Amino acid sequence: MKYKLPKEDINLKPFMSQPPPYNWKNEIMRTDKTYKCEIINIIELTLMEKLFHLKIIDKSERDIFNFRPGQFLMLEVPGFGEIPISISSSSNNKEYIALCIRKAGRVTDILHKAKTGAKVGIRGPFGTSFPMEEMVGHNILLIAGGLGLAPLRAPLYWIAEHRDEYKDISLLYGTKDPPSMLFTYEYAEWEKVNHIDLLTIVDKGDDNWTGRTGLITELFKEMTIGPDNTFAIVCGPPIMFKFVCNYLDSIGLPMNRMFVSLERRMHCGMGKCCRCMVGSTFTCVDGPVFDYWSVMNLKEAI
Amino acid sequence: MIFKVITKSEFKKFIDGLIGSNETFGPRQVNTAKDGKPIYQFREVHSFDEIELDYTISYSSLKNFFLPFRETLSTYNFTADNWEQEIEYRVHPRVIVGVRACDINALCKLDDIFINGSFPSPYYIARRNNTFLIGMDHLPLDDCFCLSMGELVVRQGFNLFCTDLGDRYYLSINSSKAFNFLKNVKTTDPTEEDDRKWLERRNLIKSSFKTHVDTSSLPNLLDIEFDSPIWEKWGDKCLNCGTCAMVCPTCYCYGIEESIDVSLKSSRKERFQYSCTVVDFAEVAGGRNFRPSKAARLKYRYYHHYHGFAENANEQICVGCNRCGRNCLAGINPKDVIDDLLREKTDEV
Repeated sequence: MKYKLPKEDINLKPFMSQPPPYNWKNEIMRTDKTYKCEIINIIELTLMEKLFHLKIIDKSERDIFNFRPGQFLMLEVPGFGEIPISISSSSNNKEYIALCIRKAGRVTDILHKAKTGAKVGIRGPFGTSFPMEEMVGHNILLIAGGLGLAPLRAPLYWIAEHRDEYKDISLLYGTKDPPSMLFTYEYAEWEKVNHIDLLTIVDKGDDNWTGRTGLITELFKEMTIGPDNTFAIVCGPPIMFKFVCNYLDSIGLPMNRMFVSLERRMHCGMGKCCRCMVGSTFTCVDGPVFDYWSVMNLKEAI
Repeated sequence: MIFKVITKSEFKKFIDGLIGSNETFGPRQVNTAKDGKPIYQFREVHSFDEIELDYTISYSSLKNFFLPFRETLSTYNFTADNWEQEIEYRVHPRVIVGVRACDINALCKLDDIFINGSFPSPYYIARRNNTFLIGMDHLPLDDCFCLSMGELVVRQGFNLFCTDLGDRYYLSINSSKAFNFLKNVKTTDPTEEDDRKWLERRNLIKSSFKTHVDTSSLPNLLDIEFDSPIWEKWGDKCLNCGTCAMVCPTCYCYGIEESIDVSLKSSRKERFQYSCTVVDFAEVAGGRNFRPSKAARLKYRYYHHYHGFAENANEQICVGCNRCGRNCLAGINPKDVIDDLLREKTDEV
């Protein structure tokens, strides 16, 4: 037995007594540990999108779970798969996490069939966030296309909770058609309670539609943006980024005050699997929130 | 690092001792290629004589010992209305004998990502910590270019490295485990003569390289030439089979897949090696593919290898073993692609 290699069991290495933020170094055990959640509410937003309220079952895990607006988590449906979903609830909400999910594939299909009480897992939060503190004292322009409104709901909550710290807030929202508009029931609250200037537009109206029709860039004609005092947050399909960011760039909004949230299909969320690479950067670690300067520098970003 | 010299007969005794006590892997011929050349792979060995230490290169890289093609990350056991997650990453200690310098350096690059990154992988660390690596130098093949990549010299990431001095091995001892094991056999301190022979051997290896690839300007050039037509040219040839990534010692990109057991009582979450040249690598829900063209995917692989990614400080991860070039079904060789990229502009001037 002179040559017998000792067995190194990394399970037995000491861990920190205080739980650090999810999954960060030292907490090696937790790399693939999911927090078990119960679906406590399901809200049907449109035919394709549902809003899920998840409550982390374990009290201590619920206390550890802290996120910032713009971050995402990996949602696990055991047996079906794991998907990256941006968080669309308030970062101050310690009771539940809201996720707006479109029926688009294998995992989301089964989620849409789930009933309240079902148990799912989450890992996270991962990624970068919108610099809400940096925006204090400025106007904020939020621009969302389609499902892009979901990740913007977290900064909207933040703004509502710290409304006095910010100046004028505008939300421009465009969708394909009126039925695919999300969170319609909250518009009145955003306008009347949170004093957010909300402008909506659809590509193609229907018989009951009395609002604007056209591309989202049409909305810029109705407003003046002071480039010296404004931050912009943009989220939507890649084609929208291009037109919106080009416009904002042309009126002189500095690139480092324009933030976009990119979509990629993460498999690990931890900068390992490389599935979400944009150029030489990981969307899961260095993103999903990038300033426009970084996006311009990244090859094949939008 | 501590250096010792061991005779080949004592070395045999040493390896046989290790084999007697541990699961041991070494290079063995597994088949013969069409051109009559032997094909080597790392396989379990039961005595020193089974190990073919003068092998050319193993077909697959050492990567698969640490990142198996498919591994279970966790299992979910279902009950009536609930589930429990189980995570398991304990592995048995093992010895790997006869590892080439390029493969050791490739592991160091993987260490940067899986151990030193912000999210270390316990699955990888468990395998890495429990593996005893014995390296062995060799004369390069005609198409190896690890000298150009600066990966000929090993500095870390191994337990023991042997330099062939003819009738003896010059040992570089890089771990206390190796030092203690070596107490069981007869070793001597290197004499000046041994040091001279060691240097001669190193110089012989260095001067034996026939392939040289200049990759020093690639981190910038790949950005500058992002829309170069040469990607179309080479991308057109690519079959999107992913062979290059499977044999590469540093390609680590992967996918995660879940499957329900036939009993419907449990499910498994598995990690499987994937390749960026495969068509759906960058596809997102709803069917949008961020890299729809073959050229874009092939370019991305070169981008990763010669530009580097943020997770390991934008370091080039290619070690120059040329397994991808040798095994490519479409005959795409990294040297040709890089030369094309470098020449493209100079020819036009």
